[in-house]
Amino acid sequence: MNKRNIIVLIGGILFGFGLSYSGMTKQEIVLSFLKLEDLGLIFVLGGAALVTAFAINVLAKYQKKPVLGGEFKPRRRILSWKTIIGATIFGLGWGISGQCPGSAVASLGTGNLPVLLGIFSMFIGAYLKELLDS
Amino acid sequence: MFPLGIEPYLIGGLIIGIGVSLIYLVTGLHATQSSFFTTTLSWLSKRKKFQKDSNIKERGWRLTLAIGLVIGAFIHTLTLSPTGFWTTSVQLWRLILGGLLVGFGTRLSSGCTSGHGISGLASLSKTSLYSVVVFMGVAIVTASIVNMLGVSP
Repeated sequence: MNKRNIIVLIGGILFGFGLSYSGMTKQEIVLSFLKLEDLGLIFVLGGAALVTAFAINVLAKYQKKPVLGGEFKPRRRILSWKTIIGATIFGLGWGISGQCPGSAVASLGTGNLPVLLGIFSMFIGAYLKELLDS
Repeated sequence: MFPLGIEPYLIGGLIIGIGVSLIYLVTGLHATQSSFFTTTLSWLSKRKKFQKDSNIKERGWRLTLAIGLVIGAFIHTLTLSPTGFWTTSVQLWRLILGGLLVGFGTRLSSGCTSGHGISGLASLSKTSLYSVVVFMGVAIVTASIVNMLGVSP
């Protein structure tokens, strides 16, 4: 495994640990947020986004280049109808199931095997999107 | 508002942020999730759409990231988790139908809770801000309707 992928693996382990620590690997807890019974998810998303914002907007500016070379590019996407329609469809799926891509994958590590069906369905959904979107 | 307290949420979120930041500062990559489906499909489908150079280039590290997520959640479940190993009681039809919409929607939107929600917002992207407001709003309405129809959890 090259250096880059070792770092991706370590960062991914932290990411997965945090998802499980915060309960996001449990669809029930995500759904309790979406039913507005427990608003904790805001702190997960907010905490993660704030730390990352500090890395992207402050630390990266000092560092100038990634440690392993290349260049820093903030994540920007062009706003279009596709972005908004896609977000609407995603919201429907999230609200029905309490699953999103990262939390569903991490959930496998907690022994939650039924979520395999959800992940398989996400692959099918992503496949259909590429077929239909030309 | 916070029946389980704020602490597990906030600490979990900070750990997630540290993982995403580590990856960004060392490699310059944004550790986002939903592209994982499309790039992984390049191993399975010969179609041109999936055989794009960018998919082939990214599929290795994106699979590595996904494996990391599983290992991290596994380690937490073995060590600090108050509940240990666990299985959802959300109905399978909801996991399947929801998964289809999540896979389709996140790819059409070019981002999910991590892509738009963490890396996009952290990059001060307006597109991501609008996307987060839309998917969160729609999900709240949807989950509330499902709940009102008597489907639980």
